Amino acid sequence: MKRLVLILCLLAGPALAVQPDEVLSDPALETRAREISKELRCLVCRNESIDESNAGLARDLRLLVRERLVEGDSNDEVIDFVVDRYGEYVLLKPTTSGANLILWVAGPVLLLVALGVGLLYIRRRSGAAEPAAALSAEEEARLKQILDD
Amino acid sequence: MIVELGHFALILAAAVSLVQAVVPMIGAQKGWRGWMAVAEPAASAQFFLTAVAFAALTYAFVTSDFSLRLVVLNSHTDKPMLYKISGVWGNHEGSMLLWVLILTLFGACAAWFGQGLPPGLRARVLSVQSAISLAFFAFILFTSNPFTRLAVPPMNGQDLNPLLQDPGLAFHPPFLYLGYVGLSMAFSFAVAALIEGRVDAAWARWVRPWTLAAWVFLTIGIALGSWWAYYELGWGGFWFWDPVENASFMPWLVAAALLHSAIVVEKREALKSWTVLLAILAFGFSLIGTFIVRSGVITSVHAFANDPERGVFILVILAVFVGGALTLFAARAQAMEAKGVFSLVSRESALVLNNILLAVAAFVVFIGTIWPLVGEMLLGRKLSVGAPFFNMAFTPFFVALAAVLPIGAILPWKRAKLGRTMQPLWGVLALSMAAGALTFAIQTGRSALAPVGMILFVWLVGGAIVDLFTRTGRGDWSSRLRRLSNLPRADWGKAVAHAGLGVTMFGIAALTAWQQEDIRVAQVGETFPVGAYEITLAGVEQVEGPNFNSIQAEMRVFRNGRAVATLYPEKRVYPVAAMPTTEAAIDNGFLRDVYVVIGDPQQGGGWAVRTYIKPFANWIWAGSIIMALGGLLSLTDRRYRVAAGARKMTTPKAVAAE
Repeated sequence: MKRLVLILCLLAGPALAVQPDEVLSDPALETRAREISKELRCLVCRNESIDESNAGLARDLRLLVRERLVEGDSNDEVIDFVVDRYGEYVLLKPTTSGANLILWVAGPVLLLVALGVGLLYIRRRSGAAEPAAALSAEEEARLKQILDD
Repeated sequence: MIVELGHFALILAAAVSLVQAVVPMIGAQKGWRGWMAVAEPAASAQFFLTAVAFAALTYAFVTSDFSLRLVVLNSHTDKPMLYKISGVWGNHEGSMLLWVLILTLFGACAAWFGQGLPPGLRARVLSVQSAISLAFFAFILFTSNPFTRLAVPPMNGQDLNPLLQDPGLAFHPPFLYLGYVGLSMAFSFAVAALIEGRVDAAWARWVRPWTLAAWVFLTIGIALGSWWAYYELGWGGFWFWDPVENASFMPWLVAAALLHSAIVVEKREALKSWTVLLAILAFGFSLIGTFIVRSGVITSVHAFANDPERGVFILVILAVFVGGALTLFAARAQAMEAKGVFSLVSRESALVLNNILLAVAAFVVFIGTIWPLVGEMLLGRKLSVGAPFFNMAFTPFFVALAAVLPIGAILPWKRAKLGRTMQPLWGVLALSMAAGALTFAIQTGRSALAPVGMILFVWLVGGAIVDLFTRTGRGDWSSRLRRLSNLPRADWGKAVAHAGLGVTMFGIAALTAWQQEDIRVAQVGETFPVGAYEITLAGVEQVEGPNFNSIQAEMRVFRNGRAVATLYPEKRVYPVAAMPTTEAAIDNGFLRDVYVVIGDPQQGGGWAVRTYIKPFANWIWAGSIIMALGGLLSLTDRRYRVAAGARKMTTPKAVAAE
């Protein structure tokens, strides 16, 4: 009885990500399928690609991707096909269209701005005059005490 | 009874935190010594009261007191003792209690070890720290009380999420929280300094150890989490750019920037306002992290509390503290005048570049993390930002950082000549290029990833060695080697941490580029090749654990006919939680891990089996530990101890003079 319960539990539980029966016989196609899978989101999971996910829907999508590849689609065509059906939510790598451009350029633009500001700051520091007495006499004495310790 | 005592202690602690937030601040403003002195005993009392509350909750978990709602939801009598204890913080309410426990611990440490601080600064720091803990006490008591009783206690509990029943994850949250919350000290110091309008070398010397300690804990916490994901989730991924991971990674990046900019304040009295801003941002990112995890606003694997009320509460805390601090910053930043003068080529400039790269990298992670939220709320687009984006947008910053690091690390302060600084580094540069070329030549693929990782590895480690060696001055080799051991621990810490970064980077690059994978149906007794190894599925049997049932495979690993290891991967089912987990079996090695996973029985007989050869996997976490070790070394440097001792001697005199 216990054994039966265990087996039922195992069968009911989610399967491991890519299953042996899904793997395509053509290694080149399979490699492409894996690459595509890593960029598609499992819709019912939290932040997992269909390549990593154990969910049934992810398996359906993996099979769909392979089906399209076998039919002769290019990688982009497969991705477009999936996006047409499920929306851009499936893309783990967001497109650069519309406002998404902000996401993509934000880093490089901020880097340039930061480099500019940093350079200005450094130039100002290199032109500044060294302050005459940084420490008061009392502080000098204390510093000496600390250093002598 | 004990639970009620804990509940009562928690309420008392909240009351004490209110007193500590208000009284010393007024005292510091008015110059009233007695009011300022309230801070210290109050900080100790707050910590002890919170510790009592935490101990009471732990007691309830250990004794499986199922009249407590939290224990019912997260524990079970059959659960091993380690997980009964870790169950205390393996849930929302308990983890928030751990959060304030650590917060009050840091506050108490500031009171205990801050004897040498100027009394006004100490009173203000402790007051700000206490205001933070007051906010979180209120959060716990009003929205997430761990001490809620049940009228009708059930016979047994619902068990802890099986994924969390793991030694790696038992200690992951405490370390992470020590890091998150440790940054609150830097925040409190920054706000206190803004109120006083004074930031100087002494201030930086006070802030730096706290930040360093927080960064060390964050490093360990993140590494533990990543290591857990590697062996527990069943396919050996180590970093997913999950919002919750990013939530811990952003404070880490900002804290790393803060560590470096505080050096410039300490040694050269420049970058003051930037350092204060970083201190505010570092804790701000910690709060954002808490918000992301606790509110579940950006859904992810980790978000186990999905409650808008709590989210709003934390958002208010975030707005009040970070908003308030930034307003104060805007008003007072002008007052902090830089003193040090330095030229374009100097250590100062190199550290400015370090800060730019780290801060912008943190920003990239931030915008990627919140972009789905922005898209949904402002653009009406439901979109995802996942690993492919982060890998592309983030990696260049760390490659650039590693490329300039060894040069910046040995540039002299104030004014330097690039040619002269580069002299000892040319050899390392040539060596790293040669190593990269060699890597490219012997690898099978055309990928540039592993060669670049190798170049940066040799460059960083070699650079760290050169850094240490150039510090020994002139003279013959034996005397220089002797002097090497007398170098300050801070120098050793710096070199060790930088080398650790190189080790981690190479681990990531090599694992990503060279991983081999095999997925197949194997019959019992069958042998199949994976990479240079042959794997035999020797048998599959059922095993019973304390609170789970398991299907366990025996897999023998051979290389050229010689036995390498016997591995026992499992597929477990936790009946109480009705949840299966995969327990991968890993043969850890210096150069590679063999990673095997047992899957489902197949209809036509045999088992689904997955095997991975993961080259240099352990280097990722070894590098992290080396980085943390470097931080620890630096933390024990004489100058922090000497400064503390010297202050102890001078304080009585200062008091008498006033």
